[in-house]
Amino acid sequence: MRGPTIIKAEDDKTRQLNKSTVMAFSGEAGDTVQFAEYIQANIQLYTMRNDAELSPNAVAHFVRGELARSLRSRSPYMVNLLLGGMDPISQEPSLYWVDYLASLAPVPYAAHGYAQFYCLSILDKHHHPDINLEQGLKLLEMCTDELKRRLPIDYKGVLVKVISKDGVKEVDFDNNRIVTSA
Amino acid sequence: MSGYDRALSVFSPDGHVFQVEYAMEAVKRGTCAVGVKGKDVVVIGCEKRSALKLQDTRITPSKIAVLDHHVTLAFAGLNADARILIDKARLEAQSHRLTVEDPVSVEYITKHIASVQQRYTQSGGVRPFGISTLLAGFDPNDDVPRLYLTEPSGIYSAWKANAIGRSSKTVREFLERNHVEDMDREQTIALTIKSLLEVVQTGAKNIEVAIMSAGKTIEMLPDDQIETYVKNIETEKQEEAAKKKTGRTGTTTAAILTRPGGGETGESSRSAE
Repeated sequence: MRGPTIIKAEDDKTRQLNKSTVMAFSGEAGDTVQFAEYIQANIQLYTMRNDAELSPNAVAHFVRGELARSLRSRSPYMVNLLLGGMDPISQEPSLYWVDYLASLAPVPYAAHGYAQFYCLSILDKHHHPDINLEQGLKLLEMCTDELKRRLPIDYKGVLVKVISKDGVKEVDFDNNRIVTSA
Repeated sequence: MSGYDRALSVFSPDGHVFQVEYAMEAVKRGTCAVGVKGKDVVVIGCEKRSALKLQDTRITPSKIAVLDHHVTLAFAGLNADARILIDKARLEAQSHRLTVEDPVSVEYITKHIASVQQRYTQSGGVRPFGISTLLAGFDPNDDVPRLYLTEPSGIYSAWKANAIGRSSKTVREFLERNHVEDMDREQTIALTIKSLLEVVQTGAKNIEVAIMSAGKTIEMLPDDQIETYVKNIETEKQEEAAKKKTGRTGTTTAAILTRPGGGETGESSRSAE
């Protein structure tokens, strides 16, 4: 969204960095895609140069480093990020929260932008460390329901990607369900 | 001193750039690499330098390198030079993706590599790359197999099948005799290994094979599969040899009968030469 005008509703604000890591981004238009694709190219280059897949943890620290470097330059990237990944060796899932000031934190759940004011409290109440995919999607639905109810703009829904040990896949998510006010 | 043999990149009076020719000599001393195109695959085969007894073979670098998901490179010549060139090519492949949002075509990256090699024949303070490369792969969203060759001089060319490195002439001639159009995957792999066996004595354990197919990244053929191919080829060769032997006993008698006449004409044509 740019100001009061919606330009596109189903824009994919994610880039797959390698087999097991996806980066979602929000922030200054232009900066976001530019930064994400720059990171994507460098991760790919590293993988081929060293014949080694980077773990989500390594990716997160690399991304933070690049963002911190950019922050101290004449024109820093204004980008907020979420990094989700599955460690190819330990098979552990992980989520990293990165903001435009290059803060990095491993977190159980996360949100950026205006939506976080509605979602974080729900996630805080209902998230549990050992939930399965189905419960996770249910939790996400609770968040989007809340956004539909309370967000003052016309809410267009979400694009859902699931990262598992089998790689990354987009899953169907019903964005047109009518939610009645509580 | 006249200078052309001191400066690296100066013509000799008869039009040679010696450093480039020496680089081509370094290629000829490198281990052999073969590339063969089939109907919908490109196969690359390499002769591996045999490891020493105490060497850790797990980290010994391969002669086959991935430039991008859809392009693979094999080289012959100086390993250390290849590392630098491969790195430049990988960087260009990613840079191309970033700037135009498309993966490189095989011809584009070949041209880039050849340009780098050419630059190193015409700049001061450098020496040419002592390597030839074979590039195999598929263009994005395309199922036409591609195979290109680059040389130290900066020449690049497209091929149906070719070989570089030690005894490459023997292998190329073998390929010229045995290559047929539209080979399937199995035939292409078999021809690649068979052509390599012309010059690699030690057999399966000193060969590595990579397969490129449309829309897929590199696939290294496992050692045990290479071994079965080698075994099949060897039995096939033995059978052929046995057949020839039995066949020859038949023809020898015929040859003895016809020789006096044939021998004379052979003699006379030679003296005319």
